Amino acid sequence: MQSYYVLGSSQFAMIENPISPLPETVCETECACPPLEVVGHGLYRPDAPEKLTGQAKYIADLQIPNILQAYVLRSPHASARIEKISTAKAQAMPGVAAIMTAEDLPAANYVPLVRNDLPLLAASEVKFIGQPVALVAAESYEEARAAAEAIEVQYEVLKPSLTIEEGIAKDWILWHYQQFTGDAESVFNNPEPGMHIYEATYTTSHQEHAYLETNGCIVTPEDRGGFKVLGSMQCPFYVQKAVATALGVDYQKVRVVQTVTGGGFGGKEDAPSTPASLAAVLCWRTRRPVRLIYGREEDMISMTKRHPSKTVFKSAVDKDGYIKAVDIHYYVDGGAYITLSSIVLWRGLLHASGPYRIPNVRTLADAVGSNTAPNGAFRGFGQPQVAFAADAHWDHVAQQMGIDPLEFRRKNMLKVGDKTSSGQLLAESVGFEEVVAKVKAEIDYDRLLTLPRTPGRFRRGVGLSVSHYGVGLGANGGPHNFAAANVVVAVDGSVSVAVGTAEIGQGMTTVMLQIAAETLQCPFERLYLADTDTSQVPDSGPTVASRTTLASGNAVRDACQIIRQRMDNYLKERKDLPWREAVSACHVGGVQMAAQGYYRPGYKLDFDDQTGHGATYEIYTWCANAADVTVDTWTGKVKINKFVSGQDIGRAINPALVEGQIQGGALQGIGYALMEEYILKEGRILNDSLSTYIIPTSMDVPEIVPVIVEHNYSWGPYGAKGFGETPLVPAAPAIINAIANATGLRLKHLPATPERVWAAWQQEHSQDSGV
Amino acid sequence: MAEKNFRLQCTVNGHPIDKMVDPTARLLDTLREELHLTGCKEGCGQGECGACTIFMDGKPVDSCLVMTIQAQGHRLVTIEGMAFEGRLDTIQQMFVEEASVQCGFCIPGMVVAARALLEEKEDPTLEEVRYALGGNICRCTGYHKIFRAVLRAAKIERQLRLEGKPSQLKDLPGVHPAPSADRL
Ligand code: FES
Ligand code: FES
Repeated sequence: MQSYYVLGSSQFAMIENPISPLPETVCETECACPPLEVVGHGLYRPDAPEKLTGQAKYIADLQIPNILQAYVLRSPHASARIEKISTAKAQAMPGVAAIMTAEDLPAANYVPLVRNDLPLLAASEVKFIGQPVALVAAESYEEARAAAEAIEVQYEVLKPSLTIEEGIAKDWILWHYQQFTGDAESVFNNPEPGMHIYEATYTTSHQEHAYLETNGCIVTPEDRGGFKVLGSMQCPFYVQKAVATALGVDYQKVRVVQTVTGGGFGGKEDAPSTPASLAAVLCWRTRRPVRLIYGREEDMISMTKRHPSKTVFKSAVDKDGYIKAVDIHYYVDGGAYITLSSIVLWRGLLHASGPYRIPNVRTLADAVGSNTAPNGAFRGFGQPQVAFAADAHWDHVAQQMGIDPLEFRRKNMLKVGDKTSSGQLLAESVGFEEVVAKVKAEIDYDRLLTLPRTPGRFRRGVGLSVSHYGVGLGANGGPHNFAAANVVVAVDGSVSVAVGTAEIGQGMTTVMLQIAAETLQCPFERLYLADTDTSQVPDSGPTVASRTTLASGNAVRDACQIIRQRMDNYLKERKDLPWREAVSACHVGGVQMAAQGYYRPGYKLDFDDQTGHGATYEIYTWCANAADVTVDTWTGKVKINKFVSGQDIGRAINPALVEGQIQGGALQGIGYALMEEYILKEGRILNDSLSTYIIPTSMDVPEIVPVIVEHNYSWGPYGAKGFGETPLVPAAPAIINAIANATGLRLKHLPATPERVWAAWQQEHSQDSGV
Repeated sequence: MAEKNFRLQCTVNGHPIDKMVDPTARLLDTLREELHLTGCKEGCGQGECGACTIFMDGKPVDSCLVMTIQAQGHRLVTIEGMAFEGRLDTIQQMFVEEASVQCGFCIPGMVVAARALLEEKEDPTLEEVRYALGGNICRCTGYHKIFRAVLRAAKIERQLRLEGKPSQLKDLPGVHPAPSADRL
């Protein structure tokens, strides 16, 4: 008998979802949308109680009998040729069930991504520290690790290439994109009189996702030669494809079940494909369940991060403050393999010139290789780096020209009817002006800007930054631009909603169920989200690019509309029956009470590789962030007194969850701006733990005020767009601009750590006799 | 591999434990693997994140930093011991209402740390809440909704006490832990 107390998975009696009276400003625009009953309310998350009581099962919480523990032997070198791998000694170690190297793989030795260039196990060469070289499965983790350490690998060590500059010099270019609009060259060559021309270079470091749960998975053999993969992930269908590719079997032989996932932020987009495939080949070899869960250090060293970057930004502004031309060269450090870098680069290219009307644009974008772990998806996806460059640049230009930086932005920012740098017409839902006005008021911009600048140790200032965010994968998304949803109404009136995107903490479950409840006109409590299991749910595309509410939400709405329509047609004047009775009557009457809904982008998308033109994204979210800071010029420490983050998100399906996303995203952006940084030495990450890679704690977080603006998108579910990434994008430039306003220092590298701020201050004031 | 050659006797969530375990294992692993209490999480294994926080004799500790043998004779309470018969603790309920939970991985540790604070201070200030949760990292929420939940829970419990009503947990029967210092 077990002698401890475990809570049964009973209902939690105290949780009742109140439908609060509608807030007065539910819809900011002058559209005639009727007030909604479920959408637009801060309903409680149905997944909260289980998470709060420790019952939610994350991957490491599963206990499976007869399971083997896997361990990955990794490369200690940034660049080397593998001369010989000898596993004989390791094979003889206690508890070992299988050892595998590249030679032993059953099928393809790559992770299927853009160019399929990342090997599962290094065969003849290693290109980054931490790259998987061999695998061990053993009865215990300790035995697996000991055996892995007994594998002898002979390397011929080569000289690594470690920076963007080295990569450029070696011509190690992974990918290139470009955009040409108007004729930027001639503007710069023959500037108009009074035109202001300025060029500067901006750089950024890596950023680590630091999801609190590391990557991990379990693969078990199934009947009829199939495999089941359980794990922490954002994109179950990516994992299915990767595992099927690694095993050389049909996709349908691989069943992927997402377990409750402890944070993703992009770090569980493509990355889980690697551990899942590694565990799967061990499972294939041993025909036993295999568990592979990364330790924190292992996860930090080998998994994806935000690309370091360098942006050379040149601008021409006419004497009245209108932007005439930009010439941008954007480089990202892709790491050792292409993986997703091309797509990251593409988003960077299209957002590089910022949310402004610019007639002449020349943007070159290159992903450069280096002997470091491949960089990948991270909230913002190639945009935060270039948004920092652009908006720190414009702030500086405005100051140089003696124009209020906010006024400068107002003059140039995009409106309905304008075209983006790719020539795309903005037909609707541009709530930019309103966002900026509200953020400005909330931060008390005008007062702070005109505060007398007193000399002394502490300097206060305010900064603002704006950006747009193309929702979804856009013209580059291919088959991933679509989404499906299955909705089934049972005889008792309970409803199953199945989508293939994943709940990773962002609140998808609640949002999908709110959309379904609204559309079916059924009580929220009767709805259940199906487990994210590829054998149960349709492919709704990946859980990325802030697309879930828009894509899966539309598919859910579509399915529910079909069912509600059928019900109404059958019930006719009995339409207003209570839900349970209505369902029962429909079932008796033979109404088909299940449907599949489908979503495709609301506008036709295209992109031309040569010119960089096209209708690239169906809709944009508009964001402004503002920071009120105090800089300690003696220590370089920047204290944020208040941070405001506003976005036009179309419609807030659940405002409480929207606020949480804004605050969480903004804080990641604050970390990116001020403290988060990997220190690399010869390709090795020196700070590979959460005590040395510092992220914001409860002691660091400033007041963060979320501002929600709702300019409905006609094709969005109840007008919603998508915004999970946006709050992070202009966070760093807002802070950097505030530092400039406070101290006069124009920092051009992220993060602005106290050391850097202090050094810049010292350099600027070395002539002074103290402060 | 280390042997299960130690007879661990302690109480967990009010229940007596008497079990042969590995004395050198981290208490976190013993709780999760031997006692199947997987509510406490491993975020770092090095005392950096707080996801593994439990109560030991009423004080919050990082269970990844405690050796199993150190638990001998002590009273442990994990997140599994904080709700009872389907009723959430006030703090848990406020986390639901304030939308304080996102991915949830930090949450068990947060709730324990927050409970520990409210046991010490009936009326904490925002600064005290920040400080008390300083060892619990959350990467999702930006913390503010967590602060609000804790402050609201404190207020509700104060109110209940004022009205002479025992707080919702203290009057519950049985051996489950109640949020009073002598039981935690
Ligand atoms: S796992 Fe114990 S503090 Fe992080
Ligand atoms: S809710 Fe995800 S780490 Fe806190």
